[in-house]
Amino acid sequence: MAPAVPRSGDAIFANVERVNAELFTLTYGAIVRQLLTDLEEVEEVNKQLDQMGYNIGIRLIDEFLAKSNVTRCVDFRETAEVIAKVGFKMFLGVTASVTNWDTEGTCCSLILEDNPLVDFVELPDTCQGLYYCNILSGVVRGALEMVSMKTEVTWVRDMLRGDDAFELQVKLLKQIPEEYPYKDDE
Amino acid sequence: MAAIYSLYIINKSGGLIFYKDYGIQGRMDTNDSLRLASLWHSMHAISQQLSPIPGCSGIELLEADTFDLHCFQSLTGTKFFVVSEPGTQNMENLLKHIYELYTDYVLKNPFYEMEMPIRCELFDINLAQAIQKDRVSYLGR
Repeated sequence: MAPAVPRSGDAIFANVERVNAELFTLTYGAIVRQLLTDLEEVEEVNKQLDQMGYNIGIRLIDEFLAKSNVTRCVDFRETAEVIAKVGFKMFLGVTASVTNWDTEGTCCSLILEDNPLVDFVELPDTCQGLYYCNILSGVVRGALEMVSMKTEVTWVRDMLRGDDAFELQVKLLKQIPEEYPYKDDE
Repeated sequence: MAAIYSLYIINKSGGLIFYKDYGIQGRMDTNDSLRLASLWHSMHAISQQLSPIPGCSGIELLEADTFDLHCFQSLTGTKFFVVSEPGTQNMENLLKHIYELYTDYVLKNPFYEMEMPIRCELFDINLAQAIQKDRVSYLGR
């Protein structure tokens, strides 16, 4: 592939406009809190956060492509690396590591050791089923869908639930070919 | 003297979502611009199939006697193209910059509906500045 593909998002991160991390964290907290009040069911909140993330992801991908100068990835492994090293850095200021590949190379885990979304968060007993950061899984799913990859993104480990890291499992369901639906000879 | 005649943005299904002309030359009415957009969309697709190079991403530059057409397609399928004076240089960078403006001022506008015609004032303003700057640097050369 083109050698120009950035292997880290540091340079881009340094150039984009940023906001105060606390404002970001607290705003996200306020959104989750409001959703819990409005929807009452924790399951519904998970769903809503995922949907909101999806809506962000389908728009965010273009900014990512425009500003990061990444070119087409050769395979899903490269895609995962680019998300972890460039994508997360660019938009969240942290990097993730990619592990737990299955043999086919279609399923892997993104591990976040640092997650600015949860800086001040403690889950109360009433919200045990809540995936607080579910917006992130939606963002990844939405973004990949726009570059013709159908994925399923789920949380495997969550520090708010007592695990030692955040682990996001990304599973490639199918790659939609980009060719136009030409039906030759029909 | 205008380096750029007009700018088009087409969504991934071939619909024209933005059209703007600069200067008097090459001006088109709504119907013609829509026709050109869908025609270009199809030609671009056909060029990908006809290309002898595998994995070709379509026509980037069309040179004619009276104009050049520079096209940039993002990986998400949105196409940006400018019609310019023959021999105008540096259009790739301008298109790339327009793509960035589009992500900033169109996609980030919460009231913009994806794939729909672009009616965002901030985009218009910033776009005008970018084109102006490009024109100035062109004349300065």
